[in-house]
Amino acid sequence: MGVGIEVKGLNAWFGKAQVLQNIDMSVQPNHVTAIIGPSGCGKSTYVRCLNRMHETVPEARVEGDVMVGAIDVYGNGTAAVDVRRRIGMVFQKPNPFPTMSIYDNVAAGLKLNGFRDRAELDSTVERSLRQSALWDEVKDVLKKKSGASLSGGQQQRLCIARALAVEPEVLLMDEPASALDPLSTGKIEELIFQLKEQYTVVIVTHNMQQAARVADYTGFFLMGKLIEFDKTQKIFTTPSDKRTEDYITGRFG
Amino acid sequence: MLRTRFQQGLDVLKEKLLQMGGLAENALERSTVAYQKRDAQLCQQVFAREQEINQLEREIDEIALDLLAMQQPMAVDLRFIIAVLKINADLERVGDQAVNIAQRTLDLLQESPVDVPVDIARMSATVATMVQRALESFLDGKADLAEAVLEMDNIVDRMKDEAFITLVRRMNEDPAQVRQYLDVLLIARNLERVADHATNIAEDVIFWVRGADVRHNAFLDRNQNNQ
Repeated sequence: MGVGIEVKGLNAWFGKAQVLQNIDMSVQPNHVTAIIGPSGCGKSTYVRCLNRMHETVPEARVEGDVMVGAIDVYGNGTAAVDVRRRIGMVFQKPNPFPTMSIYDNVAAGLKLNGFRDRAELDSTVERSLRQSALWDEVKDVLKKKSGASLSGGQQQRLCIARALAVEPEVLLMDEPASALDPLSTGKIEELIFQLKEQYTVVIVTHNMQQAARVADYTGFFLMGKLIEFDKTQKIFTTPSDKRTEDYITGRFG
Repeated sequence: MLRTRFQQGLDVLKEKLLQMGGLAENALERSTVAYQKRDAQLCQQVFAREQEINQLEREIDEIALDLLAMQQPMAVDLRFIIAVLKINADLERVGDQAVNIAQRTLDLLQESPVDVPVDIARMSATVATMVQRALESFLDGKADLAEAVLEMDNIVDRMKDEAFITLVRRMNEDPAQVRQYLDVLLIARNLERVADHATNIAEDVIFWVRGADVRHNAFLDRNQNNQ
């Protein structure tokens, strides 16, 4: 099951440039939360702070509290690796391991963690591929075809399966459909809608329509600040802040 | 596809609008039967249930607004939601007309009964059929049936014109009962308005199904027939 995320007073920097200012947000478990905003508003940085990816950039720094379920993400004694296992991530460009088979791509995370039980690996690979709605398309070529041989949309679903294989509680998606055609985008969106039954999903998108279609909650970021965070329905019909309204109606940004 | 979620939204919208149609039909029937049977209790029922119609109108508008904002409907789906919004407003007005008829009926009950040579029962039945067929055309997206509703509007218009002529003559002949005649005249006008709403609904169904705007032509036809 998915867990909630509590963010309090989150600040982030690249060197001396502050890119996030005092963000507070309560992400509901088993819901889809979309993060929208113009380029450079800090939305990608924000989700990268949730699973300690931000600190992998040289000179990047984070302050504030992030609780993912009972885990204090930035607490003393919390290992980044452990956080990232609980919080899966899918990126804009599908990035399967190019030389590995479809099967090995999905099993990679488990094998890395020392998992060797053949039968259990098989069933995990199948479960993950079913959850990412790819199973029917690849079940006959699992070990024959490489991840790179799939279409862009299939590769992205393969990456989602890879993230799901380690049974995370939260799935972060950074522009997961922006490199895909409309049909593949539709499949990913449908998938996101289904995944929330088992996971908490946070999706970064610069496609507002996509946020409106898939998300239960939407946060609007502008210049490193969270301007408005509410039910998606509210954001897209009667936003409270003039800046949100201006952005979603295309008046700026 | 994600469209299944969208499809569910459209289904809910349709179901609610049909429910709204049922309430409006019911109100109309109660009010016209109340008139024919001089039944004050039925009038009260019409007043009591008006809130239900108003509440459902708001609910339908809200669902439609959410679907427009969040699902970005296109083509036939877009036309459907626009049609639902307009039909919704027409049905709410049908409910208002039923309330007006019930009010006139209560007013009539204060006075001694008069013989009115106007067939309100037939007019009511024709108007009720129009509303029922308009809703049926919406249920199944039957544009042909909707067209038949448009044609019926001429009949109701003629009925109302005849009722006006007859009632105005009666008022001159029998000024002591002018209040009763005026109430019946207003009821005839309310019924004619309901027929107009049924016509609007039928036009919206044609717009949804065929993407055609038939309002202007239909308007011309009616005017020609009236002359």
